[in-house]
Amino acid sequence: MRARTLPLSRQRSGGGKPIARKALAIAAVVSLGTGLLAGCADDGGDDDSGSSSGGEGKTTITLGLFGTMGFKEAGLYAEYEKLNPDIKIAENVVERNENYYPALVNHLTTNSGLMDVQAIEVANIAEVVGTQADKFTDMSKVEGVKKDGWLPWKWEQATAKSGQTIGLGTDVGPMAICYRKDLFEKAGLPTDREEVGKLWAGDWKKFIETGEKYKKKAGKDTFFMDSPGGLINAVLSSEEQKFYDASGEVIYKTNPAVKDAFDLTAEAAEKGLVQSQTQFQPAWDTTIANSKFATIACPPWMLGTIKGKSKPDSAGKWDVAVAPKSGNWGGSFLGVPKSGKNVEEAQKLVAWLTAPEQQAKLFKVQGSFPSAPAAYESAEVTGAKNEMTGDSPIGEIFSEAAKQIPVQVIGPKDQIIQQGLTDNGVILVTKGKSVEEAWETATKTIDNNLDK
Amino acid sequence: MATRPDTAALPSKGGAAPGRPPGSPAPTDQEKRRRAKLSRRWQRDMRWSPYAFVAPFFLLFLAFGLFPLIYTGWASLHQVELTAPTDMNWVGLKNYTRIFDDEFFWNAAKNTLTIGIISTVPQLLMAMGIAHILNYKLRASTFYRVAMLAPYATSIAAASLVFVLLFGRDYGMINWALDFVGIDPVDWQGEKWPSQFAVSTIIIWRWTGYNALIYLAAMQAIPQDLYESAALDGASRWRQFLHVTLPSLRPTILFTVVVSTIGASQVFGEPLLFDANKGASGGAEHQFQTLGLYLYEQGWVNQHLGRASAIAWTMFAILIVVGIINQLISRRLRASS
Repeated sequence: MRARTLPLSRQRSGGGKPIARKALAIAAVVSLGTGLLAGCADDGGDDDSGSSSGGEGKTTITLGLFGTMGFKEAGLYAEYEKLNPDIKIAENVVERNENYYPALVNHLTTNSGLMDVQAIEVANIAEVVGTQADKFTDMSKVEGVKKDGWLPWKWEQATAKSGQTIGLGTDVGPMAICYRKDLFEKAGLPTDREEVGKLWAGDWKKFIETGEKYKKKAGKDTFFMDSPGGLINAVLSSEEQKFYDASGEVIYKTNPAVKDAFDLTAEAAEKGLVQSQTQFQPAWDTTIANSKFATIACPPWMLGTIKGKSKPDSAGKWDVAVAPKSGNWGGSFLGVPKSGKNVEEAQKLVAWLTAPEQQAKLFKVQGSFPSAPAAYESAEVTGAKNEMTGDSPIGEIFSEAAKQIPVQVIGPKDQIIQQGLTDNGVILVTKGKSVEEAWETATKTIDNNLDK
Repeated sequence: MATRPDTAALPSKGGAAPGRPPGSPAPTDQEKRRRAKLSRRWQRDMRWSPYAFVAPFFLLFLAFGLFPLIYTGWASLHQVELTAPTDMNWVGLKNYTRIFDDEFFWNAAKNTLTIGIISTVPQLLMAMGIAHILNYKLRASTFYRVAMLAPYATSIAAASLVFVLLFGRDYGMINWALDFVGIDPVDWQGEKWPSQFAVSTIIIWRWTGYNALIYLAAMQAIPQDLYESAALDGASRWRQFLHVTLPSLRPTILFTVVVSTIGASQVFGEPLLFDANKGASGGAEHQFQTLGLYLYEQGWVNQHLGRASAIAWTMFAILIVVGIINQLISRRLRASS
């Protein structure tokens, strides 16, 4: 602005070295351009592998997976390739199911871009069975596949009304209650897993009562449970009917089981028994590290989460007790789309990957709990231990829970409804809103989200 | 187009008149025909090649801009689900009429407006101040200018995640700092105004430098003599800023206001990633759900493509109205200057 400014700015515009600048610009353009092209090439490569056959007359089977399903980590691909020298296996993994599933739906509806094998999460299985079953082959007709090889409810979830089974179960998430022995002891509660299980056996209300006892002694430093979302999820999972009835009607608002679960969780929130946290968020992670809560609804894979977020000195301080009622949380299926190039080989691979022996191996490496009861007798499961829970026979506890899980009616929009009840519902009670307000916000949100 | 100066160069290339000495013999018939043909070709070239040059953009726009726009309009008249996008049920204008009593839509519209104001106004004021300071002779001014632009070059996702940590209720740095001053922790994600403020902060952080650079460029184009004569008339620096800088920046300010308005109406990534529940509902009570986010929630989370399309077109209509208002205001401002 002063007289000095102007010459300065003029000088600047003419002052650089034009050649160097041009070279820089060209370099920038080239690198950006190749970046873009490389991006395209990557995609192309994925698509190619979806349909191509391996170089030396080998058949390449491609799997579309999400998260860490662990087949590769457990060495199962290598083992299968050794057993079948003509087969090559390639996987394409998307980290989060939120990103994987919409793409899968797009590929299914357009019937293109599908891998030979596609994984489906249990939260989406009802929708896929209901709307996309005709795109999948019937896995029940594959040689060696027997219905009673799986937990009955697991098999039912992937079976359409026509009797077609679109996918075979990999893992399940039988839920128990993981608790901190040290915190329980401080609060004057028993620490032995049998006795702890007896505290609340058969009734979630007793679980809340235990929480009140805990709070009286433990004071304000720690909470009884990790989050309202974890509690309502655990209660709802143990019901035979939650959001849909057997005919496929949405009944979440009139089903007393849902309202009871909501009210029970809200009660726990009002009494300050649960943290005001959402699971798997950074702040919630920190509460694990800081040992801020005493119990958490806990499928086998949750022990992995706890281990990942805990400080080293928490090792061995946890134990696992039976939940008031057993429920399932998580698990996946493998399906073979009809449009694949190697349908038969892919079916054989899926049948092999989901056989009890392979599920047991997967459990040992990855902690994914088998959905095939035959695997529960294997040494991998019966002898299973976890660093966080010391010497507890977690394999036995979870096997027992898995056998008691009810055959639950699941529906296509379960996830939306449960998310509404949790994230637009019970979490509000932990922030001081009344139960009625929270229920209204939740149901309004859910109704708007369900309305086509 | 044929009168443009660049056409003048053509004859010499084609071997026509100008290069020829004045007394040369008249061209033969064949030569004439050849020349006529050439000249026709040049004419056609001049006439059509510009279209060919702009065609790639318009073809791409047709494929990725206009067609989706129209198809979205068509889809908005149907009930369409993501699970079966080809399976369309005609519902007429139902998707539009329901918007009138869709409290979530109007809540999102209000949030978009308030977040737009909270983010845009301070952002442009700060940009102006920063540009003014950078316009002085400073050491390492290029460094400051690049530093100003750094947030703009950062990905929204990365930035938002860092802000989520900063604004965390239990373990966030901002609440930790507030605690020192004796202020109780604020639930930045759970409460309405704090959450909108926090989302706006991300937007302000990201765009202030960009606008400052635009202002700075415009300031450097203001002729120095204006300031000199103002100084001679005894105007203070503040007066100079008010009466010389600001009026000269008027078109630039209008530009940034228009661009920021468009940006504010499309805010999406920041509130999506700011959500403590990782959903698309913009907080437990939709307290910072913007229109863009609501559109995304309906289309991709709830899988109602028809409803989402109607929301998209309604947003488009609202933007047009905002654009017209902007136009009217700027016309009045121009007339008054």
